[in-house]
Amino acid sequence: MSKLLGNSRRARSFRENISGYDKQLNYAVGLLLILGTLLVWAATKQWFASQGLDPQYYVKRHVLNIFIGLLLAYGTTLVDYRLLRAYTPFVWGIGILGLIAVLIPGVGSTINGARSWISFPGGFTLQPAELAKIAVIIGMAMLLAEARDQDSAPTHMDVVKALAVALIPMGLIMLEPDLGEALIISAAVIAIIGVSGAPSRWVVGLLLVGILTGVVAVKAGVIHQYQVKRLQSFVDPTADPQQSGYQLRQSRITIGSGGILGRGLFSGPQTNGRFVPEQQTDFIFTVAGEELGFLGSGFILLLFGLFFIRAFAIAQRTTDIFGRLVCIGVIAWFAFQTFENIGMTMGLMPMTGVPLPFMSYGGSSMFANMVGLGLLQSVHLRSR
Amino acid sequence: MNQRSRLSLVVTQTLVLSLMLALFGRLFFLQVASGLKYQNAALSIQSRDIVNPATRGAITDSSGLPLAMDRPGMQITVNRSATDALPDKGMTVFATLAKLLSLKPADVFTKTRLCGELAIGQRAGCWNGTRQQPIPLTKVATEAQALKVLENPSLFPGVDAAPVPIRSYPSLAGENAAHVLGYTGIVTDSDLLNTSKNYHRNEIVGKSGLEYVYDSYLRGTPGVKTLIVDRKEAITSVSQNTQSIPGNNVVTHLDARLQAATEAALASSVARSRSLGYHADSGAAIVMDVKNGAILAMASYPTYDPNMWQKGLTTQQAKDLFSASKGVPALSRAIQGVYAPASTFKAVSVVAASAAGYNLKARYDCPAQLQVGTQLFRNFETKSQGRIDMNEAIAVSCDTIWYQIAFDQWLKDGGLRPHSSLNDYFFNAARGFGVGKKTGIDLPGELPGRLPDRQWKQDYYDANKSFYCNFTSRAKKSDLTPYLIAIAHENCLDGNKLRAGDAVNFAIGQGDTLVTPLQLTDLYAAIANGGTLWKPEIVRAIVSPEGKVIKSFTPVSNGRAPATSSDITFLHSALRAVATRGTAAGVFANYPIEVAGKTGTGQVLGRNPNGSAKDDTSWFASFAPSSSPRYAVVMMVSQGGFGASVSAVGVKDIYSAIFGVVGNKVNPAKAIYPDSGPPSSIPKVDPKYAKLPAGVMKK
Repeated sequence: MSKLLGNSRRARSFRENISGYDKQLNYAVGLLLILGTLLVWAATKQWFASQGLDPQYYVKRHVLNIFIGLLLAYGTTLVDYRLLRAYTPFVWGIGILGLIAVLIPGVGSTINGARSWISFPGGFTLQPAELAKIAVIIGMAMLLAEARDQDSAPTHMDVVKALAVALIPMGLIMLEPDLGEALIISAAVIAIIGVSGAPSRWVVGLLLVGILTGVVAVKAGVIHQYQVKRLQSFVDPTADPQQSGYQLRQSRITIGSGGILGRGLFSGPQTNGRFVPEQQTDFIFTVAGEELGFLGSGFILLLFGLFFIRAFAIAQRTTDIFGRLVCIGVIAWFAFQTFENIGMTMGLMPMTGVPLPFMSYGGSSMFANMVGLGLLQSVHLRSR
Repeated sequence: MNQRSRLSLVVTQTLVLSLMLALFGRLFFLQVASGLKYQNAALSIQSRDIVNPATRGAITDSSGLPLAMDRPGMQITVNRSATDALPDKGMTVFATLAKLLSLKPADVFTKTRLCGELAIGQRAGCWNGTRQQPIPLTKVATEAQALKVLENPSLFPGVDAAPVPIRSYPSLAGENAAHVLGYTGIVTDSDLLNTSKNYHRNEIVGKSGLEYVYDSYLRGTPGVKTLIVDRKEAITSVSQNTQSIPGNNVVTHLDARLQAATEAALASSVARSRSLGYHADSGAAIVMDVKNGAILAMASYPTYDPNMWQKGLTTQQAKDLFSASKGVPALSRAIQGVYAPASTFKAVSVVAASAAGYNLKARYDCPAQLQVGTQLFRNFETKSQGRIDMNEAIAVSCDTIWYQIAFDQWLKDGGLRPHSSLNDYFFNAARGFGVGKKTGIDLPGELPGRLPDRQWKQDYYDANKSFYCNFTSRAKKSDLTPYLIAIAHENCLDGNKLRAGDAVNFAIGQGDTLVTPLQLTDLYAAIANGGTLWKPEIVRAIVSPEGKVIKSFTPVSNGRAPATSSDITFLHSALRAVATRGTAAGVFANYPIEVAGKTGTGQVLGRNPNGSAKDDTSWFASFAPSSSPRYAVVMMVSQGGFGASVSAVGVKDIYSAIFGVVGNKVNPAKAIYPDSGPPSSIPKVDPKYAKLPAGVMKK
């Protein structure tokens, strides 16, 4: 930091040169954070009380996570994203080390069938895949934007290099295995390559390879049994009625039972009876569906819509290719994650364990989301 | 930015915003378009109903004596939410319980499983309620068994014993009345789908008879406690808690003593017939008040114990109810058995002949047999009587008179080439008396019988033509006799035509004519009362448990019989003559009650399962007293032989009970009804019968 902001001249010029934050983007995220906090509280309050536990356990930690996240977001906006290039190999390397570390027995801990977390004393856990996601986006954007002017397209060699940057962490993530994160990174990879101006056969080819890999993985048994079950229960909810099928059915019923106006915050019987497992994390949207109804959960969708419209505006406005590619990577990440998460709760998408950006409980995810926001604002600040 | 890059950005933006739109659309579909459906689904996930059954109303006779009522029983229940919490999931408790109640351990296991816990195909006997609701193992536990459970809570955790109502048919006057009263049982899944009835799971509902028809009055409203539970089935709150409201009492026109006497008379007639060498496989007897169509007694043979459902029906008992070798006891012969009315139908033929212009006072030839076309038709119940008047013809049951009249009328209507405008006096008279139409009695499953008129012939021909025309290839091997083949050939050519044989057979109630004993009772009641065909009614009023009359049923007329007053006058005297000097004179000799009636001996085609030819249907249809008729009594014994010796004797027994005839004298103290007839006021349903003393109760 001191190198970046070390002297007052630079700090002053930073303030003079910035065009300000994108306010609407901040409002959208701010409202999502507030609503998310209420929903995490609603999801856990009554159940924890009935089990004799602290009903505020989750909401307290959630608020703490948001504070850390806000600091991270602010810190990210202070950094000129263009200087990030210098640190990219370093961030990427740490991400890879983390991903390797979770695979070491004793270091990584397994939750819901995936060895994705590193546990720290005091009950805190970290998910290296979240960090790796950011490293991949910046790394790819750097390679594809490097050393060319506005009108030239990346060469095949550039694309190959960029893919290498993405494929190594993706391979490690698949070993955990964390299908959700791998899919999110894939979405970002394809979006970045597409927008970079690389030959379109790369995009088409990558989509085909992605589909083929999926089919082969299922057939060859590379994908774990629990993932196949989740996919099966999407196609046929009765295939695994006790586990994932149960979760999907309960989730849909919980959202549907909210009706237009909802049952009122903290008053959803489905939520309070804890009929949807994992409700404060991956299924947080069902709380909104039941307690806030169509008006409330529709409003949440509108906030996400506003977020994406503003994010695209930033991507379009910047003249810097690197900035635009970072933006598009972040957008693809958020868009895929949002669609997958909400789609899963409503039975539109198969079940993969990804949290809802800015709303689900979970530290690593929240930190990564806020860094993503910081990147968008950082690009916005420095484009005129 | 190059073109491709810009385009990609636009494409990505469009894609992302369409994905958001898709989410919005899906959200609308779930919450707005299908919100109600999911609200119901959520409610069924969260809520558990505990149903506290209401006391079912009693069914009483016209004096207020209960024919069906709830009596106290002792129920042993298992609470699964308690036994599941035990280390062995309650298996030890179930074993001890099976021993105490002398049940099979496997049965106790099945009975205490929720149906969803068992594999499809192994669910017979499973519990189709919820885990929170106590699951009944038996309702007829002894006091000692109940005390053992209650005194050893440590030995029987989660097991409870409590008094519950049991449906009971106490038979206080020795009556059975199973076919009229019906029975109750647990509501079925398909009943539950009928939301208009507002049934609750495991509720007891009427399944047959009056229990079924008047279920909405009898059932009452069960108390419902709705618990809201969480994922671990722990109760979080109670959303409603209503008290049960007892059902209303149903007061019938039946008299328990008369019902018992009617059943006894029918049973002894069947026994008498068998002692005479007939098969006598089944029978029915009905007593009707001719002034309003009230059913005072209705019996069907063979019968069954209506209490066996509450005791727990065994598979064998369930099979026997419908087994042909046991005479299909489930079938109510009074309303579901159809038979040729035989000579009892001549009362209708009299009305037809009178309408056709025949003088009922004139004399007619009664030869021993009559040639109709190529066929010879014989007198069945009598020999040649020479030239006799119509009154005598009825008394001695001459058939040949009716063959002649029916044949002449058939020729007048054009014979085998019918005119375009037909008189069809016989069919029209029969139709006017309700033959071929349900009477509309307040019991389920009544059959309409059959009026084999020209239209029926045509319909039957259309349906069976191809069978008759391909008889040799389609019929059973055993039916390929030259006679049957010839008949089939004839039917193939012109089976739709009303032949002379059909017309003459119809006039004496044979051939394809079929009536239920109830239809014949209604018909004779109409003759008795001057021509009103009543809609038969068993129930007269609905009375609340506090004694308030909620609804009273007034007599309903099904219309007037097509008989003139002179026809009625003639029939009264002719039918009385049957009992004084005709076919039933021997039975009613010196009998103090003026009975008017008609014997019938119906031929039945076909064979019994053992290969023997079917015996004749024995009928006696009557009313009394003939000078001022009040009661119509009909008895029918299927394969019972002659009308007089079997059924007329049975009918006499019933009249003896009604009027108190002992020997050949009337003893008013023994009469079931006073001279004024059945009671006209609605009785008070005596609260003392709500709890019968143990001594009165029969098993």
